[in-house]
Amino acid sequence: MIKLLSEFAAGESGKIVSVNGVGKIRRRLFDMGVTPDAEITMRKKAPLGDPLEVTLRGYELTLRKSEAACVEVELK
Amino acid sequence: MKTFALAGNPNSGKTTLFNALTGATAHVGNWPGVTVDKREGKYKRGGKSINIVDLPGIYSLSPYTPEEVVSRNFILDGKPDGIINIVDATNLERNLYLTTQLLETDVPVIIALNMIDEVEKCGDKIYPEKLEKALGMPVVAISAVKGTGIKELMARAEALPETRKGTTVLSGALRDKIEAARAFYEGETVSSPLFHAVKLLENDELELSRKGAKQTLENIAAAEDLEAVIADARYKYITANLSLAKVKNKNFAVNKTDAADRVLTHKIWAFPIFFVILFFIFHLTFSENLLFLNGFTPSQAWLPTLEELGLAAQGEGGLEYNNFGVELLAVFYDGAVYSPGVILTNFLNLFLDHISDGVVTLMENGGAAEWATGLVGDGILGGIFAVLGFLPQILTLFLLFSILEDTGYMARIAFVLDKIFRNFGLSGRAFMPMIMGFGCSVPATVNTRTLADERERTATIRVIPFFSCGAKLPVLTAVAGGIVAAFGIGNADLITCGIYVLGVCTAIACVLLMRNTTLKGEIPPFIMELPAYRMPKFKNLLLHLWDKAKHFVKKAFTVIFASTVIIWLFSHLSWGWRYLPDEEMQNSVLASLGAFLQPAFTPLGFGLQLGQFGWVFAVAAITGLVAKENVIATFTTLAICINAYAGAGTEAGIEELTGLINVISADTGIAQGQFAAALIAFIAFNMTTIPCFAACATAKAELPKGKFKWTLLFWLAASYVVSAMVYTVGSWWWTLFIWLAVIALVTTVIVLRNLGKFEISSIFKRNKKGGKK
Repeated sequence: MIKLLSEFAAGESGKIVSVNGVGKIRRRLFDMGVTPDAEITMRKKAPLGDPLEVTLRGYELTLRKSEAACVEVELK
Repeated sequence: MKTFALAGNPNSGKTTLFNALTGATAHVGNWPGVTVDKREGKYKRGGKSINIVDLPGIYSLSPYTPEEVVSRNFILDGKPDGIINIVDATNLERNLYLTTQLLETDVPVIIALNMIDEVEKCGDKIYPEKLEKALGMPVVAISAVKGTGIKELMARAEALPETRKGTTVLSGALRDKIEAARAFYEGETVSSPLFHAVKLLENDELELSRKGAKQTLENIAAAEDLEAVIADARYKYITANLSLAKVKNKNFAVNKTDAADRVLTHKIWAFPIFFVILFFIFHLTFSENLLFLNGFTPSQAWLPTLEELGLAAQGEGGLEYNNFGVELLAVFYDGAVYSPGVILTNFLNLFLDHISDGVVTLMENGGAAEWATGLVGDGILGGIFAVLGFLPQILTLFLLFSILEDTGYMARIAFVLDKIFRNFGLSGRAFMPMIMGFGCSVPATVNTRTLADERERTATIRVIPFFSCGAKLPVLTAVAGGIVAAFGIGNADLITCGIYVLGVCTAIACVLLMRNTTLKGEIPPFIMELPAYRMPKFKNLLLHLWDKAKHFVKKAFTVIFASTVIIWLFSHLSWGWRYLPDEEMQNSVLASLGAFLQPAFTPLGFGLQLGQFGWVFAVAAITGLVAKENVIATFTTLAICINAYAGAGTEAGIEELTGLINVISADTGIAQGQFAAALIAFIAFNMTTIPCFAACATAKAELPKGKFKWTLLFWLAASYVVSAMVYTVGSWWWTLFIWLAVIALVTTVIVLRNLGKFEISSIFKRNKKGGKK
């Protein structure tokens, strides 16, 4: 099942299918390793529900829900 | 002499390696045009030295952040003899992404595989030889913290060939496309054509601005999303070919970080923990009652003061200590134990006071004229020492916040608070500089460097002074105390607290205003690494602190020094160039300047309505520019000058102010309520207006070019509007509705304009400034 990363619950993980969005945000996502086929795990949400913390490529990344909505992930 | 650039991801141990290589030879400046640290130093060995340029920490060579642009420009056009690419061995995959881009330049590269010891500690294994073979570049395993491998690294760096041709890990179908793009760059005279060619395919803004580049890209890409393909190909190559260098094992560091994060970013506990940490930082820097050893309230105080112990007595010029030993003791204790920040301040001031006293005594004994002693003692030394006196607390505050930054906790704070700050058009990172503003604007302003977005940084720097700093507190308490004593109304603590809240509200309003008008722009993205928690490196912290101290002292002796001397001269010279002692300040140039400016403050309540003595407020506001504490000192001096107060003057200044208030009330017959409102407006003005010279000098250095003069104007306008509002609403409550109507109107105009539904004609443009709130 393909879901947006922003809709993931804590603990869910999957494989990135595609990265949408434009310009700066998309470039930044690529540079941080958010690319198709990468494994990604949702760790948790910040206390106020946003931003999110994910693990990929062996490190912790934080991004906002709006930015995570650019990432489509195949749920494992 | 050879020059090497040091490049790598943030948190890869780059600073530690740089410090290990260069030691005390490092010096810090800014890259031309941007406020990104430019650190340079020399690596010396066997009589030879190598220049090391520390590039800012980056994940990529994209042109989106100032750090990336600076690094890219230096690598391509700065003609370094080589790049030392530091790679965090505990996080190979992401770190090597930058490496694949560096390889595409024509600059020789050597890889420093850092934190190899930590990898081994976790039971993992990395084979540098395999990595070297796969990349075709020298790879040296090092530990920057322990200093191992550094000699070998530098020896092999020196042995690098002088030139290199860029290579790429991209292959297959991409290869032809890269060749096609490279053909385009054959025509352009650029260094590293391969690098440019790949960047063009990556849809790079800078490359696309070249003539004909867009067309070339369209022809090659043929609607294919090459940006995604290339990023993907880089990572695929890394996982396929370079993971052979690493045997996967469970990572302990991540587990430890996990445990810490469960508490520190916990749903409920995150906030209280954060506030406790903040409280302790301020407590350790500013408190005169360490750990509340002397009780929580004055009534609980049980520790004896030095005077009560019979070690000191009230003398003519204040407290006099029995001997030097007691004076030294007073640095640490007088009725309560002091915090480290206060102790350091006391130490420095003790030292500076003795110098100052010594010089003045020497001059007096040598028969120097009164004006000369005054100029040197009060003007020059007094001015410099007043500014230097801040240094210990600035550095303490800076040190404690640097520790938070280095441990990785600061990134978590940004994570926790981002949602709140997004509402104001800022990111969670903006919180730290703002909260530091309650201590001192100087380190707070420097701390805005952690903000990547230039507009966000400008907006933050501008509102920092609204977070009332430690030096403004005595002004608030004195004036509030004066109001309560003279009129018998209100509560001093409540007034002081109210002013703090007013400052925060002003800051929020101004950020919203700026982010919707002059500093409009998207909310900066918040895609950030949460680094693993680490112990801070003591040596790094101290070197960092040393840099800051050097900068500040340099400024104290130049800009700040000149300004304070000028203000001293104005306040001690008459128009006829005659020297005036303190007691005659009412005849000085500054006094007449105050009288000249007085009418301008009428809408704020402390102008013409305060009659013949009203100028003292204008003068106090001006001397406050040197250091905000001076406002009280000026009141004290002037109260004695105009016979409003008989006595030697007190430190808190409440009695002098009460005297001043009584004299002016009797002179003008002004209504109590109106005068009280004017006084509150006066403190509101002082709090939100142009900060002290030290803060101004720092803001000038940290703001983008050309923004400083507008910032000064902004501070004046903001404080003027805020205190006019305080005065009018305080005097005539119904004016509140007028202000609300104005605010509503301005908001509507801005919102409509931003929605594109309303074009502001020239008339509105002129009106806009009046409604700056």
